[in-house]
Amino acid sequence: MSKLKLIIQREFVAKVRNKSFIIMTFLSPLIMVGMLTLVVFLMKKNDEKAKEIVYVDNSGLFDKTDFKDSESIKYLDFTSTGISETKKKVEEGSYYGVLYIPKKDSLEVLASSVEFYSKDSPNMSIINSLESKIEKKLRNKKLTNFGIDLAQIEASKINTDIKMYDFSGEESSKLRNWIKIIFGAIAGYLLMMFVMIYGTSVMRSVIEEKTSRIIEIIVSSVKPFQLMLGKIIGNASAGLLQFFIWGILLFVILTIVSSVFGVDMSQMQNTSVSAEQMDAVKNAAEGDKMQLVVQEILGLPILKLFILFIFYFLGGFMLYSSLFAAVGAAVDNETDTQQFMLPIMLPLILGVYVGFATVVNDPHGPVSIIFSYIPLTSPIVMLMRVPFGVSWTELAISMSLLVATFVFMVWLAAKIYRVGILMYGKKATYKDLYKWLKY
Amino acid sequence: MKNLLEINNVVKKYGDFTALNDVSIHIPKGSVYGLLGPNGAGKTSLIRIINQITLPDAGEIILDGEKLVPKHIEQIGYLPEERGLYKSMKVGEQALYLAQLKGLSKKEAKKRLQYWFEKFDITAWWGKKIEELSKGMAQKVQFIVTVMHNPKLLIFDEPFSGFDPINAQLIANEILQLRDEGATIIFSTHRMESVEEMCDKIALINKSNLILEGNLDDIKRNFRTNTFQVGLKTENPKEVEKILKEKFKVFPADFKLLSDGLTLNVQLNENNTANDLLSFLTSRGEVQHFVELIPSANDIFIQAINKNN
Repeated sequence: MSKLKLIIQREFVAKVRNKSFIIMTFLSPLIMVGMLTLVVFLMKKNDEKAKEIVYVDNSGLFDKTDFKDSESIKYLDFTSTGISETKKKVEEGSYYGVLYIPKKDSLEVLASSVEFYSKDSPNMSIINSLESKIEKKLRNKKLTNFGIDLAQIEASKINTDIKMYDFSGEESSKLRNWIKIIFGAIAGYLLMMFVMIYGTSVMRSVIEEKTSRIIEIIVSSVKPFQLMLGKIIGNASAGLLQFFIWGILLFVILTIVSSVFGVDMSQMQNTSVSAEQMDAVKNAAEGDKMQLVVQEILGLPILKLFILFIFYFLGGFMLYSSLFAAVGAAVDNETDTQQFMLPIMLPLILGVYVGFATVVNDPHGPVSIIFSYIPLTSPIVMLMRVPFGVSWTELAISMSLLVATFVFMVWLAAKIYRVGILMYGKKATYKDLYKWLKY
Repeated sequence: MKNLLEINNVVKKYGDFTALNDVSIHIPKGSVYGLLGPNGAGKTSLIRIINQITLPDAGEIILDGEKLVPKHIEQIGYLPEERGLYKSMKVGEQALYLAQLKGLSKKEAKKRLQYWFEKFDITAWWGKKIEELSKGMAQKVQFIVTVMHNPKLLIFDEPFSGFDPINAQLIANEILQLRDEGATIIFSTHRMESVEEMCDKIALINKSNLILEGNLDDIKRNFRTNTFQVGLKTENPKEVEKILKEKFKVFPADFKLLSDGLTLNVQLNENNTANDLLSFLTSRGEVQHFVELIPSANDIFIQAINKNN
């Protein structure tokens, strides 16, 4: 036991001391935050200066009330200047573009004759908004021509907003659904990344021991199984450490964000936010979506997600890294790993795809459920489902299947590992691996 | 002499391939035991079984009167042929780690390492990484981690590879000193001159079978051919050679003398002795050279293997 501890300690220290680990742990969240800030900053900068769009309306149908200024776009009426003169002015000046509405006999012809000139290819959202403005105006014009009262049309408009609840009385909303999807996706994706990064790190460490030929000295002191287990646990601990550090950094960032947007942090551990609170938030800060988002995030079962993430990370990692260790033992150098890597990577990638394809649309559909039971994909798919609420029975089935499989896999991989680490030179085939199982 | 290690009827199979076929060897306490054999004969398999890296399919191994079990790992030191250390780990940390894996406490390990590092005058390397050391330097560290837990049984597989002659001599002396201090040494090598120099007993393994075991001197006696190198200053060499051929078996000489004269290798028949040969020679001229051809470990190795094949 103390030898296992020694091995775990060495593997952990070797991993954590590695420069790439330190950089990944501390720099990548900073880089992420930095990039996000940069994007937000640039977007703000972009929107800061309102774009000026001039219009020349020869049809005489439009007026200033149709082109209301918004925060980002200002409309200027240049009809009196004439189109050719305006074009020249726009080309020389700092205006964004010219909207030209010609005079036509019929509304249909007019609808397809409107032109927009700009120096650069125009922003699609601006074009869309211009189109909808013109469309609305022309439609209204036509409706009036048919003798329909516009006031009646306006009065007949009705907004439908289906309020969604589950049977535990938790109110769901589209926003909340989206946040669940995003959280599930992040958790699932993160798990895949962790398994891949730390799995290959286990593999690399096995290969290193083989190529540096220290392996024979080590296995003359400890059992190969101890060494493999020590390696897996050591790397898992390093992974968890990294995850915790990220978690803490995220918490700090979230705290800063929520204090900026004034959300009560005491809501953190509540698994649901009451409807009144939701309404209160909606009413108090109509339009301030950020506050709502933070509130919704805090409304998620974060503690449960966190614990389950750790469980599924450990389970999935044990499962996959034992396979990675076996692969490392079967080869002499990293370039030979290709043929064995594919079958390991496939279920991982499948898990993510299934997650994104089915869980997002139907978190409790048969495909989602089945893949959240299959141990090779369950860590990813189940984590994606968890934010949508998964019953404890399902979790228990999925978790016990995972545990049973990883125990079996570790045992199986240990058999390959035991033989493989002492094999040099010959490139192993699947047939060899099968033979080693029987030694 | 009591045996430290007894290997009785050990069999090891890898699938259909038999790596060791009913091998039994006995290694006396305090001896240097040469484990010899061509490449792929099964030496490494046997060494790995002694180290409990792999388990035998049949047979038993007795270490110092006890059946070999995992706790004995701490009483064995093993320097494998394919050796190495963690390249990016520091010398001192690494040695401490390996010593602790052999069951030493951290404190004890530190004390012993200090002793060995001072002995080899390499204290300055403590904080260096292995990748910064030369091959010979790394080999020294490797030797230290093999012996520092004072094992009863030391297994050296090609211990001199990678060493220059001076350091090889240093290591050879260390090995002999360890023997004098009571350790038993298994020594596997292809360098036959070091077998002559160091081994008391040898075992020869070929194609998974033990084909020869015993004291090196006894084996040499068994392999003696009663052949003598003869140098004779005579006036009529042709006649002497003719008569010799009638009485003995005569081969061309495989040695050189400084003076001129007849040189031959002469093998005795069953019905004559060395004295018969010598008295005949003295009657025919001046004997300048008369030496029994003692089979070298190298000769024995080649002969035994060829005969077995």
